Order: sequence, then structure tokens, then C-alpha cells
Amino acid sequence: MLYAILCYHQEDIVCSWSKEEDDAVMARLAPIQERLARQGKLGPVARLMPTTAATTLRKDRDPPLVIDGPFAETKEQLLGFYLVDCASLDEALAIAKELGEANPGGSYELRPVAFFNPAGASAGSPSKVSA
Amino acid sequence: MDVGWLGATLAAARPQALAALLRAFRDLDTAEEALQEACLRALKTWPQNGPPRDAAAWLIMVGRNVAIDTVRRRKREAPLPDEETLSERDDAEAALAEELDESHYRDDILRLLFVCCHPDLPNAQQIALALRIVSGLSVKEIARAFLTTEAAMEQRITRAKRKVASADVPFEAPSAPDRAARVATVAAAIYLLFNEGYAASGGDAYLRLPLCDEAIRLARLLLRLFPTEPEIMGLTALLLLQHSRAAARLDASGDIVLLDEQDRSRWDRRMIAEGLALLDKAMRHGQPGVYQLQAAVAALHARAERPEDTDWAQIELLYAALERLQPSPVVSLNRAVATWKVRGPQPALELITPLRDALSGYFYFHGLEGALLDKLGRTGEARVAFDRAIALAHSPAEAAHIRRQLDRLNVTATTTPAAAV
Repeated sequence: MLYAILCYHQEDIVCSWSKEEDDAVMARLAPIQERLARQGKLGPVARLMPTTAATTLRKDRDPPLVIDGPFAETKEQLLGFYLVDCASLDEALAIAKELGEANPGGSYELRPVAFFNPAGASAGSPSKVSA
Repeated sequence: MDVGWLGATLAAARPQALAALLRAFRDLDTAEEALQEACLRALKTWPQNGPPRDAAAWLIMVGRNVAIDTVRRRKREAPLPDEETLSERDDAEAALAEELDESHYRDDILRLLFVCCHPDLPNAQQIALALRIVSGLSVKEIARAFLTTEAAMEQRITRAKRKVASADVPFEAPSAPDRAARVATVAAAIYLLFNEGYAASGGDAYLRLPLCDEAIRLARLLLRLFPTEPEIMGLTALLLLQHSRAAARLDASGDIVLLDEQDRSRWDRRMIAEGLALLDKAMRHGQPGVYQLQAAVAALHARAERPEDTDWAQIELLYAALERLQPSPVVSLNRAVATWKVRGPQPALELITPLRDALSGYFYFHGLEGALLDKLGRTGEARVAFDRAIALAHSPAEAAHIRRQLDRLNVTATTTPAAAV
């Protein structure tokens, strides 16, 4: 089963990390990601820019409305995501806990993936992570 | 619990908590003391009980109760109760629910920023007050960044506080034009703060770089409050694009490395990407402003992999637009650099000649004039201009840059003139 690990945190906290603190978090995450990749469990990983860089398209009307800023103003913001291929929710939670120890604060939301198209090519079964 | 994380949470909640306390008590010192006490209590209780879901709301609540207790105690000690403050206090209690739902959050923080950047304050006081109050830096840290003593900085901040207390900033939600004026004032102060850090050179330059980080943090805060303002996007983009060069801009001794000579692989790609994304968003609005135009120039430099890849024609157009919006001899001088690269030294020299009086004390004017005269083969005049530039150089790097050109002139003069191109 593919899981998305959606990373939520207060971006003003993350943005106020010094470069050294930020580098230290990334350095702690790197070996975990490398191991998961070796095991064939890791899909795309993304870190998003702050929500100040976001633009929202409201498509519930015609023509759609373009709005500066994130979809919703929330206390914690979606700052990035991982895709992992796990046998069970327990395994996905174990991975999330390990990532969380390297990068404390905030929350991870684990969401099973219903459809995944890694290359934008022919749609396949979402069982394999790496293209 | 990780203490570093605790500090980051308190720092992140600070502007919102302080802004709400300022509205409740209408006095900067009371609000600051209340927040201080609330933070002390947070340091005691959060590590045991875990952090609250909403740190700012927790600090506002505790800070408000602390301040009301203090007011009550003072009441008992004072011979005559101050009716106005008493009713104020009731108002404050009644208003708490409203405060916590953040309906006034945006104007509260803007007010706090505006109070610190009040137009009545000299620039140096605006910046010091914003760093102390909004960013929560200690007087010692600010004094260090401004290369002054703690006592002198303390005095500067006290004086600034006294002045804003008497400036009487209204507490009602501002009208739309007032709000726009406040945003513009705050943006200008953030820009100044950034330049305090960015313009520093020499042995102390590294001490002042944190001012640039703080300015970017405040610009992001302002942009989160006003996410649809293209000029605030432009300001944030400008600061990010400039600061992306920080590592390449200063050599080991803190002297400035000129743009053409910087190791571009050391530019911070993440800051550049964010700056470009923000500028892209801003331009969609079709409302160019001074920050967007400067950010667009910085973006063209950031996009050039080598100095010779720079799109000077576009830079010339941008500076011409900036000249129309904000005429200044320095902007015209910058435009002349682009004119030189695009259309040669003669039109550039014609552009800067009328600037001579205004910029006679400016290093870059004489440096550029010397370079243009040199290109036009007017070696004697070029030498005079370069000599003036050297006398006005602020840093060894600037002086060395000019000296190299002078040396070349001397070599040229003693060899065959035809060899010099």
C-alpha cells in the first residue's frame, strides 16, 4: 500500500530556523531517506516553499478565480510530503515516527494513496513506487 | 522536550501575542511586561505539560491575566483609582474572546509593526525598536549588530518608546487608505533594516548579517498578513534575491566581492527559487512598484549563470521604469551601467554627466565615469576619475578594483596605444 506522509508544521517556526539548524534537520533526515530508497520503499519526496509563495485557483466558479495565498489559513501548514510503499499502516507509522525523531515538532498525516501516476505516462497500479 | 524548539515556538508566537496584548492594554511597556511574564511561565509549564495547541492564544491569555493582576495591585497601592483604566480593563476582558478568534489579528500585528516604524521616529530608532519589540532580540544582540554599546542602544530604544507613546496611534481598525499607508511605512522600515545588514563591510560585516535574516522574517510576516499586495511580494522577493548572494558577497575578511567576481555556485539556490516564485506571482497583478522593479533586476542577475549571460537590455528597461517611479541620481547611475553594456560607453557617459553635482561624493559615480572615459580612449580624464574614486572607496575590494584599472591605464600608456582595447 502506498501512503502519503503529509508534513504539517507552523511555517513561521520552520522559517525562523537558522541555516545551520535547517541543515542539521536535513542531515538527520538524509540517511533515513537513503535507507528507504535502498529498500525500494521511497517514492517522491518534496519540500514546499512557504505558503506566502502559494497561489490558489478557485474552480468552483466560471471563470475560475485566482487568489494569492494558500487554500486555507491554518495554524499549521502543509510544508512537504513523502510517498512510501509499506506493507501495513503499522510500517508506515514506524517510518513516520523515525522521520519525526529526526525532524521534531508539527504533525504528519498518513493518507493511503488511491491512485499514483509517477511519470505522467500510462496509468498503472499504484503498487510500485519507483518509476 | 527540546528546548530549542520551545524558543522557536515562543519567537514565532511573539508578534501575534504582543500585538493582541498591545490592543488590550494600549501601552507598549505593559504589553511587553505581560508577554515577558507569560513566556517565563511557558518555559516552566510547557516542558512538563507539553506545548499548547495554540501557543499565541496561550500567551495572550496568560499575559492578559498577568497584566490585569498587576493593574489591580497598582490600584490598591494608588490613592485614587483611575476610572478610565478600570473600564478599559473590563473592555479588555470582554474583548478576549474576540481577540482569540483572530478577527483583528491582521490589524493588530500591523499596528504593532507600525508603532515600531512610526514616521515620527528617525530611521535608526525605527529599526532598533522593531528588532527589540517585534523580533524580540535582546538589547545586547541589537547593540552588537549596530556596533554600539548596550547602554547607548538601551537609551535609543527608550527614547523611541517614549516618542511612540506620545504619538497616539489610534486603536480602531484603520480605513483602507490608512491601512495602505501603514503597510508602506512598515515595508520601508523593513527595507532599511535589510540594508543595515547588507551594506555592512569589513571586519564587522558578519556580525550584521542577522539583520538581513530578521528583515526577511518581518517581510514574510507582512506578506502573510497581506498576501495579495504585489509590492510586499516584491519586497520579500527582493530581500531573498539579494540575500541569496550573501555567502559569495563577502570574502573571508568581510570585504565585499563585486558582483562580476562572485563565485555564483555559492549563491543560495533555495532563496533564489523562492524569490523568483514570489516575483512571478507579483507581476501577474500588473501593478509595478519600486520593490518589484528592483526585485526584477536582482532576478535577472540571479538567472545569469555567468556575468556575461546577464540580460542587460532588460535591466536597462527596468531601471528606466524605476527612474520614472522613483527618480534618483543613484537609479540613473545604475541605468547608465546597463546602457553601457547595451549601447556602448558614449550614451552612458551622456547619461551620467548631468549627475556629477549630485553624486560628486559617490564612489560608484567616479568609478563608472573612469571606466567609460577609458573605453572612449580619454585616458587622462579616466585617470583623474579613478583617482577620485579611490579616495572615496569604502572597502579594500573597491579600492583594489579601481587600482587594477589604473594599473592597466599605466601599462597601456607605456606600451603601444593600439594594443589597448
